[in-house]
Amino acid sequence: MSEMLTTLEQTALSEYKYGWVTNIEADEAPPGLNEDIVRFISAKKNEPEWMLEWRLKAFRQWQKMEVPRWPNVTYPDVDFQAIKYYSAPKQKKTLNSLDEVDPELRATFEKLGISLDEQKRLSGVAVDAVIDSVSVATTFKKQLGEMGIIFCSMSEAIKEHPELVQKWLGSVVPVTDNFYSALNSAVFSDGSFCYIPKGVKCPMELSTYFRINAAGTGQFERTLIVAEEGSYVSYLEGCTAPQRDENQLHAAVVEIVALDNAEVKYSTVQNWFPGDKEGKGGVFNFVTKRGICAGVNSKISWTQVETGSAVTWKYPSVILKGDNSVGEFYSVAVTNNRQQADTGTKMLHIGKNTRSRIVSKGISAGYSHNSYRGLVQVGKNAVNARNFSQCDSLLLGDKCGAHTFPYIEVKNSTAQVEHEATTSKIGEDQIFYCNQRGLDTETAVALIINGFAKEVMNQLPMEFAVEAQKLLAISLEGSVG
Amino acid sequence: MSDLKELIQNKISKEPYTGNGALQELSRKGIQLFNEQGIPTVKHEEWKYTRISGVLNKDFSYAVDSTAVTTADVDAVRLPGHEAANELVFINGIYHAELSTIRSSADELVILPLSEAAKGEYKSVVENNLGHSAKYHTDGINAMNNAFAYQGLFIAVKKNKAVEHPLYCYYINDARTNSVLSQPRTLIHVGVNAQVFLVEEEITMGTSDSFINRVSEVVVEENANVHIYKIQNEDSHSSCVKTTHVRQLGVSKVSSVTLTLNGGIIRNNLNFILEAPGCESHMYGLYCVKGETHVDNHTIVDNVMPNSFSNELYKGIIDENATGVFNGKIFVRKDAQKTNAYQSNKNVLMSDTASVNTKPQLEIFADDVKCSHGCTVGRLDEEALFYLRARGVGEKAAKALLLHAFAGEILEKIELEPIRGYAEQIISERLGFEF
Repeated sequence: MSEMLTTLEQTALSEYKYGWVTNIEADEAPPGLNEDIVRFISAKKNEPEWMLEWRLKAFRQWQKMEVPRWPNVTYPDVDFQAIKYYSAPKQKKTLNSLDEVDPELRATFEKLGISLDEQKRLSGVAVDAVIDSVSVATTFKKQLGEMGIIFCSMSEAIKEHPELVQKWLGSVVPVTDNFYSALNSAVFSDGSFCYIPKGVKCPMELSTYFRINAAGTGQFERTLIVAEEGSYVSYLEGCTAPQRDENQLHAAVVEIVALDNAEVKYSTVQNWFPGDKEGKGGVFNFVTKRGICAGVNSKISWTQVETGSAVTWKYPSVILKGDNSVGEFYSVAVTNNRQQADTGTKMLHIGKNTRSRIVSKGISAGYSHNSYRGLVQVGKNAVNARNFSQCDSLLLGDKCGAHTFPYIEVKNSTAQVEHEATTSKIGEDQIFYCNQRGLDTETAVALIINGFAKEVMNQLPMEFAVEAQKLLAISLEGSVG
Repeated sequence: MSDLKELIQNKISKEPYTGNGALQELSRKGIQLFNEQGIPTVKHEEWKYTRISGVLNKDFSYAVDSTAVTTADVDAVRLPGHEAANELVFINGIYHAELSTIRSSADELVILPLSEAAKGEYKSVVENNLGHSAKYHTDGINAMNNAFAYQGLFIAVKKNKAVEHPLYCYYINDARTNSVLSQPRTLIHVGVNAQVFLVEEEITMGTSDSFINRVSEVVVEENANVHIYKIQNEDSHSSCVKTTHVRQLGVSKVSSVTLTLNGGIIRNNLNFILEAPGCESHMYGLYCVKGETHVDNHTIVDNVMPNSFSNELYKGIIDENATGVFNGKIFVRKDAQKTNAYQSNKNVLMSDTASVNTKPQLEIFADDVKCSHGCTVGRLDEEALFYLRARGVGEKAAKALLLHAFAGEILEKIELEPIRGYAEQIISERLGFEF
């Protein structure tokens, strides 16, 4: 056992692989936040008047709000006046084709394994890459356009599809929803917009890639996905940031609308810089993600693999409004060193025969703390609502913590709600069994962890599953082969 | 809410505590905290589902007059098996020696006012344990009781004694003339190798509003064995907050059964602090409620030392407009390796206006542990009902049979024969079917 502990303790030695800085000239706003900055961002992006009004409304609300203190995490207060709210890679002119993208930028994405060119075309993934706060390139736009699918940056959407944006933006996560979503609404600089028209099944995975590059910036992107009647889309999101000593703030908002018979699958691999092993630096990941199953028989599924960030604070939720709608949440959250994660989901059952399923796997190592916090709410009219939740925690080492805070509120007698949680460590008998069959302890631990997370990994699209497995290995290097 | 503050402040100024030492310190801190915190609102995480301010927003008096209560009044509420029990009667929060019957000898059982216990042989026990629950409850309700803890009662079970006569405690509020708020306080010390059964019931006389804010702290020494049974079956104008705080200081075994049938707002705080390696704790609860009853069970199991075992099972049958709340916390501290802690909460909703809010919570800081919790909310199994109906059992009987089985798992944990019989009887009456 002691042998295993030492290998586990070596996890502290694993370094962040994506921590380089790219020297891209950036167009930045001065640090600080006031109405002028909001106007500056809006003007920089040539936004219409209604958008500016929307932002200002959010900003004024935000000023009245207080930083939430209830999550089970501790971190130094964020100085909102020290952050630069706008940072864009400098561009000389509007880009027409990928060839015109800054070569240095393209090199960055190649390092990340996100090639914006041929290789990726072969793998058939459409990518919208967001660096610092601005969307730099979207691939496959033309092909998607032919099917009526709109997949572009949020700023483009505001200009070209104002009627759609105006209709849906803020409809799932209202401006006043919470402190960080209000902040995001005021200062979001870009993000992705995705619209799947009626009856269209999107033939490829759509993907966004986020990267914080410039120093002292915050990233506030906004994603909006609208799936019209009978449509289907699978959406991927990935993120990394350079290694820096100071904490960076990432406060994103993702909204999903699924209308009658539509299905949206949203997968995230979150690998923001987690800080070094003493807990210095790292990204504060305060994200609001919410989807609404507005129509009958609709389905929204969240899958997340959380390995990065110094502090994570996110609860992808589903409002099950349409009858027979389905919400799913699959999560693997890994914390190591001094990382803290307070993550989970909310399933709000409103319509009849709604179903939800929650599978959450937490792995804590080092000095980290990993909390699951979830809400399952069954309203008065949610006849025959059904929920199953399972949250399992695995503790590696004796200095970390695992916490579970499930809230269950039921107001209908026909509802059936089940919740199950376990906390344990890797059993000595399990290790012994593997050792006996010729696997060394390290491989055995890797095997067991993979098995532990498999239920969630299976939900990820192929190319993401590979990346996620690698990330798990890197985050727990020393214990996973 | 200012009324209640005024009431408490008046009471303090009328009867200031004149002693000193641990009791005075606790009272002073209690007053200070109560003034700071006031009555918790639903914004307080621990009171999220229970609007306690609603019941406290009434015109209560802090009655001390207990002369109106006669032996005949007490006779009317005695629990089965009382002939062989020590009966401790509290009137409006204060222990009433004349109405009480102590059958055990003084070398087994010691009963003293807390203010006296704090001076003599038990000085260090009082100093080390009184007010320990305040570490886990930092709200105004607990503080309010601490302010008057000096009026409480001290009970000691001497070491190496298995008390033959169980302790029946009746907390009676005399609300026949006006609304009454009372705050009973007890500190119970169970010595090394001792054994005792505690049975507790709150009773309201009359039809005015009644509120009991009770705190009982139980200190359990090595090899002791303690059983705590609580029965709550009152009218809807009677509300209460009950805190039972158990410290297991040596290898010991404690088991608790809480039975709730009726009342206004009922809040049970049950804490088990396992401060020695190898402790064993069992917590069982059954709430079978209807009408407008709101029952809230908050439990804490704090595993401080290694090798402890705790098992928790709470079941609810919620009908009509009733609400059930369950919040179970299990803490496993850094040193509490090899802890086994289990927690389960099962609820059956019987009507569309009934609701349940449950939050089973784990906070774990040690790695070599086995902890699990589960909770379910649902209705009776349709297939089981069909099975019974197909065999000619009427719908009402079939339902009652299934609910009986559901409740039985808790009732069978009561080891005191007359109390178990009584519990089975009142549950049968509630389910409306005799077998």
